[in-house]
Amino acid sequence: MPPVVQIRDIHKIYESGEVPVHAVRGVSLDIHKGEFVALMGASGSGKSTLMNLLGCLDRPTRGSYLLDGIEIEKLNRNELADLRNQKLGFVFQGFNLLARTTALENVELPMLYGRHRRLGMSEIRERAMHCLEIVGLANRHDHFPNQLSGGQQQRVAIARALVNEPQVLLADEPTGNLDSKTSVEVMGVFQKLNDDGITIVMVTHELDIASYTRRNLILRDGVVVRDEAVQNRLIAHKELARIGQAEAAAKLVSSPAA
Amino acid sequence: MRFSTIFIVALRALRRNAMRSILTALGIIIGVAAVITMVSIGNGAKAQIEAQVATLGQNIITVFPGSFSQGGMRSGFGAALTLTPEDAEAIAAEVEDVDGVSAEITERSQILANGLNWNTTVKGESPDYPYIRNWLVAQGTMFNEQDVKSLAKVAVIGKTVADQLFPNEDPIGQTLRIRNLPFRVVGLLDTKGFDMRGQDQDDVVLIPYTSHMRRVSRRTNINTILIQGSAPDKLDKVKMDVEDLLTQRRRGREPDFTVRTQEEIATMATATSSTMTLLLAAIAGVSLIVGGIGIMNIMLVSVTERTREIGIRLAIGAHGRDVLTQFLIEAILLSSLGGIIGVCLGIAASEIVSQTNGWPVLVSPSSVFIAVGFSAAVGVFFGFYPARKAARLDPIEALRYE
Repeated sequence: MPPVVQIRDIHKIYESGEVPVHAVRGVSLDIHKGEFVALMGASGSGKSTLMNLLGCLDRPTRGSYLLDGIEIEKLNRNELADLRNQKLGFVFQGFNLLARTTALENVELPMLYGRHRRLGMSEIRERAMHCLEIVGLANRHDHFPNQLSGGQQQRVAIARALVNEPQVLLADEPTGNLDSKTSVEVMGVFQKLNDDGITIVMVTHELDIASYTRRNLILRDGVVVRDEAVQNRLIAHKELARIGQAEAAAKLVSSPAA
Repeated sequence: MRFSTIFIVALRALRRNAMRSILTALGIIIGVAAVITMVSIGNGAKAQIEAQVATLGQNIITVFPGSFSQGGMRSGFGAALTLTPEDAEAIAAEVEDVDGVSAEITERSQILANGLNWNTTVKGESPDYPYIRNWLVAQGTMFNEQDVKSLAKVAVIGKTVADQLFPNEDPIGQTLRIRNLPFRVVGLLDTKGFDMRGQDQDDVVLIPYTSHMRRVSRRTNINTILIQGSAPDKLDKVKMDVEDLLTQRRRGREPDFTVRTQEEIATMATATSSTMTLLLAAIAGVSLIVGGIGIMNIMLVSVTERTREIGIRLAIGAHGRDVLTQFLIEAILLSSLGGIIGVCLGIAASEIVSQTNGWPVLVSPSSVFIAVGFSAAVGVFFGFYPARKAARLDPIEALRYE
């Protein structure tokens, strides 16, 4: 089975300033179906640029990128948009939900732009509800983002990313704006999705968050310096139970969940 | 993306900023309401004048005597009495599409009856006159051709004359004296009211024009010829034929008459009010354009403010066109919704103006359609630039925008 993401010697050079910036300098990468990859690196290592390239938001200066067998260099702006809509799901650091729009309507959004299949409004609603159920927020479907906690907002964003059944779910520092416990909750959602067979690529700079994934890629100065499987993988629901007990011991909460 | 879905998306976006949407639409609402009100007031004034002109009758063409010059001194229109009853007869006999002709001769005179006297307008007319003026004889009958031929001393009187000379009695069969000649009253005209110049049209006595010429005024010329065309679209043709015929009858002498259709008379009468309407509508139209600029302003601000939102939409698969259409629909929705509310407000304002000031007000459907159409066009025109700006954003830049 061919890899979902196949990158060969990809380069990205920004010409906007006086000095061209060589952000990505020859990355080759295969990501297969069902993988859970953490893309790590210090600030300026090129991981965000690589993420934009993976997300088809930007085009490489050189090199080839096959997403689910499709060569993206040859696509125009609209075709890239369709590809993002059909093959990719995005989760951002800042959640990027539409303000003053209910959770349900936020999740419906990618389906409204879906050209590959035409759904009726009732079907769109149904599928959005289903995705909210997966992330455990079906009961909050009519809440606005400002009525939800950060973790809940991120879960709505994940539901939105899932709704078009993407080949790859791309998450750009999904836990960057969250506290540690909520971060673990969100990682739990990702692990559950991954266990169900969804491919996830995630950018993070937190080592402990990376250890919830299956494979870690370290980027430095625009090249991959390390690519290894995760040893001693953390399991989110176990960690959550541990945190719960610690909190109970410190009298932060009344009693651990029975 | 289907149009209906973009429509829903645009509607949701407007709903999210309900207050701002209302304020934006307010510019258009006021503009449209102003246009509707101004045009309604103008149209009302025009309609009132036209209604007064219409009391003249339907499809009327009037032949006035021309001016004459004597020893270098030129008189005005109507001073030369150059029209003859034969002219009227010729028109009736020879011009096509003519339903009625009346030779008219007018003179003010003191009349007596019943021991009372009254100064009124005595008109010599043809039997066609009530028919031409669309003026029914309420009681009795109009005099007929036989009366005209025999120079009969019969009269049909207006309501005012009847009230003055025959109070509390039936005027039919009574006798009144014009220049001391006894005329028998055979008919009483319906009430007609005041004409354009504010004269009481019911203050009149009609007698056969032949009787007027031979017995009363002792003149050989008549004042005017009233002609009724058979249909509005025939009037120009009839007018030309009448001019040709009368010119022919003058046998090479300079034309000493003027032919005017009712429409021309109405146009002259309504010219001022038309100009005023246009002026008022132009001023109101300016406020509509200002409203449109308001929409553009808000849409531009909105594009900047919603850069992130646009970035999200583009990232998850919106085409530039989807975003363009969405913003355009938002602008059009704002402006046409404003237009519709403005129309309602304008109609209400016109009603209030007519109620409080007693001005005649006429809301014309065309002004409503034009106002709504124009406001939608304003939305397209002023919405396009911000919408295009939104559609051309780079998704990465837009997502990064703070």
